[in-house]
Amino acid sequence: MTLKDEHSSAEADFYGRTGKYRWVVAEWMMSTDHKRIGVMYLMAILSFFSVGVVLGFMIRLNLLSPGWLMDQQTYNEFFTLHGVIQIFLFIIPGIPVAFGNIFLPILIGAQDVAFPRINRLSWWLYVAGAVLILASLFVQGRPPDTGWTFYAPYSIQTPANISTAVLGVFVLGFSSILTGLNFVTTIHRMRAPGMRWFRMPAFPWTLYATGWVQMLATPVLAITLLFIVLGRFFGVGFFDPSRGGDPILYEHLFWMYSHPAVYIMVLPAMGIISEIVPVFSRRVLFGYTAICLSALAIAAVGYFVWGHHMFTSGMSDTARVIFSFVSFLVAVPTGVKIFNWVSTLYRGSIALDSPLVFALSFIFLFSIGGLSGLIIGALAPNLHLHGTYFIVGHFHYVMFGGAGFSILAGLHYWFPKITGRMYSEKYAKIGWLSLFVGFNILYFSMFVLGFQGMPRRYFDYPPEYHLNHVVSTIGSWFLAVGLVIIFANLIRSVFRGGKAPANPWGGRTLEWTIASPPPHENFASPPVVRQGPYAYEEEAVR
Amino acid sequence: MGMWLFLFTEILFFGGMFLLYAVFRHRFPADFHRGAAGESLVLGTVNTAVLLTSSFTIALAIAAIRKGEKILSARLQAATIFLGIVFLVIKYFEWSAKIAAGIYPNSPVLLNLGKGETLFFGLYYVMTGLHGLHVLVGIAVIAFMVHFTRKGTIGRENDARLENTGLYWHFVDIVWIYLYPLFYLVT
Amino acid sequence: MQNPLRESAARTYTAVWLALLVLLGATLAVAKLQLLARFSALGSLVIASAKAGLVLAFFMHLKDEGRFLKATLALTVCVLTALIGLTFVDVIYR
Repeated sequence: MTLKDEHSSAEADFYGRTGKYRWVVAEWMMSTDHKRIGVMYLMAILSFFSVGVVLGFMIRLNLLSPGWLMDQQTYNEFFTLHGVIQIFLFIIPGIPVAFGNIFLPILIGAQDVAFPRINRLSWWLYVAGAVLILASLFVQGRPPDTGWTFYAPYSIQTPANISTAVLGVFVLGFSSILTGLNFVTTIHRMRAPGMRWFRMPAFPWTLYATGWVQMLATPVLAITLLFIVLGRFFGVGFFDPSRGGDPILYEHLFWMYSHPAVYIMVLPAMGIISEIVPVFSRRVLFGYTAICLSALAIAAVGYFVWGHHMFTSGMSDTARVIFSFVSFLVAVPTGVKIFNWVSTLYRGSIALDSPLVFALSFIFLFSIGGLSGLIIGALAPNLHLHGTYFIVGHFHYVMFGGAGFSILAGLHYWFPKITGRMYSEKYAKIGWLSLFVGFNILYFSMFVLGFQGMPRRYFDYPPEYHLNHVVSTIGSWFLAVGLVIIFANLIRSVFRGGKAPANPWGGRTLEWTIASPPPHENFASPPVVRQGPYAYEEEAVR
Repeated sequence: MGMWLFLFTEILFFGGMFLLYAVFRHRFPADFHRGAAGESLVLGTVNTAVLLTSSFTIALAIAAIRKGEKILSARLQAATIFLGIVFLVIKYFEWSAKIAAGIYPNSPVLLNLGKGETLFFGLYYVMTGLHGLHVLVGIAVIAFMVHFTRKGTIGRENDARLENTGLYWHFVDIVWIYLYPLFYLVT
Repeated sequence: MQNPLRESAARTYTAVWLALLVLLGATLAVAKLQLLARFSALGSLVIASAKAGLVLAFFMHLKDEGRFLKATLALTVCVLTALIGLTFVDVIYR
């Protein structure tokens, strides 16, 4: 297997000064270039991810011997902040704003997104939202302690800085809506000549489906958060039974967004896996059309399952049966994707480079998470497992093992394109090993804990749970070491890595036809597309 | 296309409020009837006519700019603004009358009226309040459009901004078309 | 969104506006005079939808737009309806 080695010219890449502004910071913050906005987003989300990891690390440390590191109130604030940061500042914006921004226009042969200035507004709103959330830690009063779900009535009554944090999430939601709007319009309007819908790579397809979810689900969260603020300041008691309100309605409204939100997290993640697997098995993507359509199917079905977060809340039995049934349905298009990825690998010419290693981990870890989801999607087990560590294990497997690992996969896959440098393959794999082992120890023990009845968000526990908590915490240490190695490797390689060619992996999608890093203007002239993506010839050996 | 997509998000945004209205009305039908009966039907109907007419004027404004008639278009846009302000003034009178009567969120008078009516008026303030906010934003945006029309930046060939503003304004009108029966007519 | 230059636009809009005012009167009549008895509330909402439809089709030029836009608008309304509907499945059967 030979790769064409084209050396990129660093002089004219998109990092170079344009001379429009005196200060570099101003030049970047005022930029409407999707690549610059994407890189800034990438730095931001990875920074917030690191903060969130530290918070999680400390939560687990405290659980070794509850109280030795923090008291109950602080513990509540820690897991609230951990959730808010990881979910609203890292994983929901995550892939779309970072890799989506950098690569969507390039992948479809466009020069930029449909609305570059709205893109810049989205970035500014993200920063503003982040500032507000962080402000809730420092302004007068205590940080939020409701959990990231802000359930009424506690969120209306607690004296903590809920309104500041909730306002921050509101602003972030607006940023998300605008990004979705931008991407959907971009895909409709800006594809290069010949780039038909079914010639687009899978990643843009998932960004398209995600964009619709962002637009149609996030506004429901916006109004729900507004109701919290109105409840706190004006006594508007829609969720207060003493005023005729209903707390379950809060849960309905909240999960109407937050369930589709997990598809905002995972659909683009699946898109990245669909990009990586063909390249590293030198096979065309198996069932390409099914992969694209299943993204739309997952988004559509995912709208109507939100009640499975509320099975024990007091909903009617009829509703519970319906939500459980539809939740099982969503596993079907998901299964299609997994089957197709594995089929792509089958009899492929496998190159076990780090992007593929992370992608394979995704398939494994997400499958475990998904299967555990079926267990809690069934009504009877849910009664026992709701609100326990089983749930915590489930969502960390799908969110971290899924979207998180996909981000790491994408980070390694596109690192040469974004930075123009190569990282150390050896340290990438060493880091991966520690991360993978630590991850499974950390989170699988949570399945056990949950099964045994350990509730989530609890500050302490009876002695019989102690051993599993210790095991879990030790897992977190290996996970942390792995992450440190991985990021140290990448950061070091930004400055000292060897120069990367335009197409180190032999990819067939459009980003590999331009320099590493890309120039200010993506394409000298619009590419004309004559075939589908992943056009790998079948090798004669087969 | 972008403005239409934005309006879709607004449909979901207001939709959450309509959802709450539907649920609470289902639970407290008599209270909601009583609450609506207390509204001024005259003011509500006049306001509806005002907004419908304002949609008319801004549609005409766009037709005018398409024919290149800058001044007529600017005048029609100004008329739309005027009607929007009339709407908000009438709303102001409605709200102050209620507040003077002691009916506002968390007031002892309101809480005394019972749970259903407390919810009714809570929804009333939130929904007409957010709607009014959208009207205010619309007025501001149209004001900018008047300026651009006079300057010539909006013209026959590039009226997209005005067209998008029109779409937004019509949407705000449609929301009120639904708010009107829900708060004034269900007696 | 290209729309053909229509000389009769002013006349169409005027007709729509008058129709809207007539419908406004109808809503009022249905509700106040209880013309449809038990279904007055529903009737008011149906007439409101007719008004909304006129505004959408003519003032917002939806009539002249492509299939995709009409389909996605329908999709959005369906999503909202489903959200409210599923919530009611809970609320009604508790």
